[in-house]
Amino acid sequence: MTTPLRPTLPQEPEALSPLHVRDLTVVYREKPALWDVDLEIPAGQLCAIVGPNGAGKSTLIKAVLGLVPTASGQVRFFGQSLAQARKRIGYVPQRGSVDWDFPTSVLDVVMMGLYGKLGWFKRPGPREREAALRCLEQVSLLEYAHRQISQLSGGQQQRVFLARALAQDADLYFMDEPFAGVDAVTEEAILRVLHELKGHGKTVVIVHHDLETVRDYFDHLTLLNVQVIASGPIDETFTPENLKRTYGGRMRWGEGEKAKETPEARPQPPS
Amino acid sequence: MSELLSIFTDYTLRNVALGSGILGVVGGVLGTFAVLRRQSMLGDVLAHAALPGICLAFILSGSKAPLVLLLGGGLAGWLAAWLVLFVLRHSRLPEDSALGVMLSSFFAFGVALLTFIQHGNNASQAGLDRFIFGQAATIVASDVLNFGVLGGIALLCVGLFYKEFKLLSFDPAYAHSLGLPVQGLSTLLTSLTVLAVMVGLQTVGVVLMAAMLIAPAAVARQWTDRLGSMIGLSALFGALAGVSGALISASRENLPTGPLVVLTMSAILLISLFFAPLRGLVWDWVRTRQNRRRVRLERLLLEAQMLHQHQPLTPQALALHRHESQSAAQQHLEELRSRGWLEPGQQGFRLTPAGQQKAQELEQAMRVLPKSAEDR
Repeated sequence: MTTPLRPTLPQEPEALSPLHVRDLTVVYREKPALWDVDLEIPAGQLCAIVGPNGAGKSTLIKAVLGLVPTASGQVRFFGQSLAQARKRIGYVPQRGSVDWDFPTSVLDVVMMGLYGKLGWFKRPGPREREAALRCLEQVSLLEYAHRQISQLSGGQQQRVFLARALAQDADLYFMDEPFAGVDAVTEEAILRVLHELKGHGKTVVIVHHDLETVRDYFDHLTLLNVQVIASGPIDETFTPENLKRTYGGRMRWGEGEKAKETPEARPQPPS
Repeated sequence: MSELLSIFTDYTLRNVALGSGILGVVGGVLGTFAVLRRQSMLGDVLAHAALPGICLAFILSGSKAPLVLLLGGGLAGWLAAWLVLFVLRHSRLPEDSALGVMLSSFFAFGVALLTFIQHGNNASQAGLDRFIFGQAATIVASDVLNFGVLGGIALLCVGLFYKEFKLLSFDPAYAHSLGLPVQGLSTLLTSLTVLAVMVGLQTVGVVLMAAMLIAPAAVARQWTDRLGSMIGLSALFGALAGVSGALISASRENLPTGPLVVLTMSAILLISLFFAPLRGLVWDWVRTRQNRRRVRLERLLLEAQMLHQHQPLTPQALALHRHESQSAAQQHLEELRSRGWLEPGQQGFRLTPAGQQKAQELEQAMRVLPKSAEDR
């Protein structure tokens, strides 16, 4: 069932869920970016966070990871605080967040994912190289290992970030719009990796930009517009009413679904 | 030539060259991170803010010992950096405005203090203004020792924290997500830059120090795509400029070392902007021309092949097809022949096996294959 705005009892013991958020509020110059967000992410699933521009989707990930200050809220990862659970969390930021002209190679970037494990004062060695190369293979970028990163296309850059996070071998991954503006090969590669992760019992939380593909790609959906509009299994949450409440009535094709009650019915793309 | 040798024999020149050389290395290494983190202006702030620090150190301690003055300068620079961050975090001032204001304010304060000192009754206060543009001729062996120690600490820290500084410069958000103390590392890196500034104050002064942070790194980037090489080259070019500047200024009367070091650095930068193989403009231009020529020839080949399928490949036929003069067409066919793609046949030209293979490759590359849209 879709989560009401004030959830009662969570379905699973919250001590174990990969991500448990309560009352998260982020304010930016007196304007709320996130307001009273409650969220429970189930383990081992691919979970989407979807909403209009400015809804606070990226802010949610950043707030949860401690990258932006919060006005209030409690966040637990597998029952632990961020500091305790850091080693189990992987992050794939937006491509636009770095300068790709930085003098470094693809392999070097992926090895950065291992810096947490290496600790202070140790240099990455052949073992780290091997692990990084394997991650590059996973995203089909092995031949590009020694390219300077500005020589890559947008989709390839996205895959480099993905490989870097994979190198961490985390249990919970956060990804910020990984499918935005990528080519078909990259899209396939990301999906393949996501299913491999799910197969290994990992949990993935993804800010997703494309309503057309949400139902195909994900198991769990959270509709966000500064507040959580709805959150739950994809088929129960991805409904015309919820979409309308999230996007403020601007969704044309959602209205055509009012007549169809069967859960399998796919929304038709706008003609 | 005798000047070159005198670098070993002449006491002053030896110290000046060593001092400038150390500055070049330390400025180059720390400057690389400043440039990559887009904090070049902050380096300038650190340098200009050192002036009031030097003056206050003198006023408070009465000593003109270089180390005391440099420490004062370093502390003031550090304070300025801290203030910039404070202002940025708690106000809506844009970053470049905050930096500009801090730079001018601190420098103005420094000049005011300098004037105050110079008009004071203390007979030994003259000479602090040498820190504005540097006065390398005053460098003695103990100064070089100071530079060596300060620079050595800075380089040691860079070595210890290399991978953390690398990640911090490239992707601080991701670094934070890994649990790295981003704030602390950033402060450390800025502090090391302060050390670099301290090394440079006597040689190039507060006004020109920024150049020794920015230019070596900018030069190095023209030559390499790897951070490790960039740092090494930056140190190398910085040292080269330092020593050269010292040598040139020693060869003539009344040539100040500091500005000459910076001028040498600028000359190296200018040359690198044009001639560095990786990114130099001249090489870019050459590569673009080569590419254009290659594309033109490839298209010609395809046209030739297409023509050849319907009629003899002669200059007349080609000229007609391309709406150009026969001599131009003849020239094109010659170009293709010299590439090994065409050879003379019974009626005009025909494609060689190499030419046919090339044409086939080109055709395949141009076809949009549905399943293998793999980019090259």
